[in-house]
Amino acid sequence: MAEHKHPNYMAIFYYLAILTAVELGVIFLPIPKIFIAALLCVFAVWKAALVAMYFMHLKLETRTLALIAVTPLTIATLLVLVLLPDGFAVAKKTVDEKKVAAPAAAEKH
Amino acid sequence: MSTATAAHGAAVEPAESPLTPESWGKLGMWIFLAGDAVGFGTLLAGYGAMRATSADWPNPYAVLGINLTALMTFLLICSSVTMVKALEWLSRGHRDKAKMFLALTALGGAIFVSLQAFEWTHLIHRGLHINGNPWGASLFGTSFFLVTGFHGLHVTAGVIYLLATIGVVSRRPRPMDSYNFVEITGLYWHFVDLVWIMVFTFMYLL
Repeated sequence: MAEHKHPNYMAIFYYLAILTAVELGVIFLPIPKIFIAALLCVFAVWKAALVAMYFMHLKLETRTLALIAVTPLTIATLLVLVLLPDGFAVAKKTVDEKKVAAPAAAEKH
Repeated sequence: MSTATAAHGAAVEPAESPLTPESWGKLGMWIFLAGDAVGFGTLLAGYGAMRATSADWPNPYAVLGINLTALMTFLLICSSVTMVKALEWLSRGHRDKAKMFLALTALGGAIFVSLQAFEWTHLIHRGLHINGNPWGASLFGTSFFLVTGFHGLHVTAGVIYLLATIGVVSRRPRPMDSYNFVEITGLYWHFVDLVWIMVFTFMYLL
């Protein structure tokens, strides 16, 4: 083990902090909820990629490790695709018949 | 295999493996993390499916509140930074600095779990239970406690792992001897941070 190259960690930290702040801001945007959801997903994946690439050094590693990292992503994507039809089955949505009695404090919401 | 070795320049091992002895540990951790990621991925996908098929899913943002959780997210990102700083100091041969940053990372994790315990207590008092809640679908509480609990368990394990890592850094003769060990600990810790980024977005913000 000779030298270890280290990315500029503080830059990544500021990057992540700013993205988190932007995420919190996005919630209040006056646009349809579906766009907010899409934006939030983009930011989440963006932040996760930054952590994996720089903090977990995936950018500096061999391709073998990158392939291992991509495997669960592929499986998760397939899983979402499989579950997608359920989400569109609007007519079959379930409702809880019996709700738990609300404590007094919960009434505010 | 042969192309991978060639790409690395100098022959690392006489065997046909492109891996250095150090990277076997890394490979092991990455495989474990890939499996763990499938676990979390399944939980989150299941959460999405339950939510999409429910007509009275509560608004998570309104029920859970995000001020405390945003702080917890920030805390975990900070602890990721102290983790990489520990590695950086170790590579420069500063054992004590590295140990201090590892301790700070563990402290960040411990505070995170404490805040989560505080949050859970608060939510349970307000009526969010694992088998029902006043706001709507009972599966909301089930999935919330399952996913955040599974993640909290990972953070708790991570804190123990970090404390053990400090012990390893102390025992090994030279600072660089424990570099690989600390880097692997870091992989786990950053993964826990990465998962929280996902959980925070999908369970609190969306």
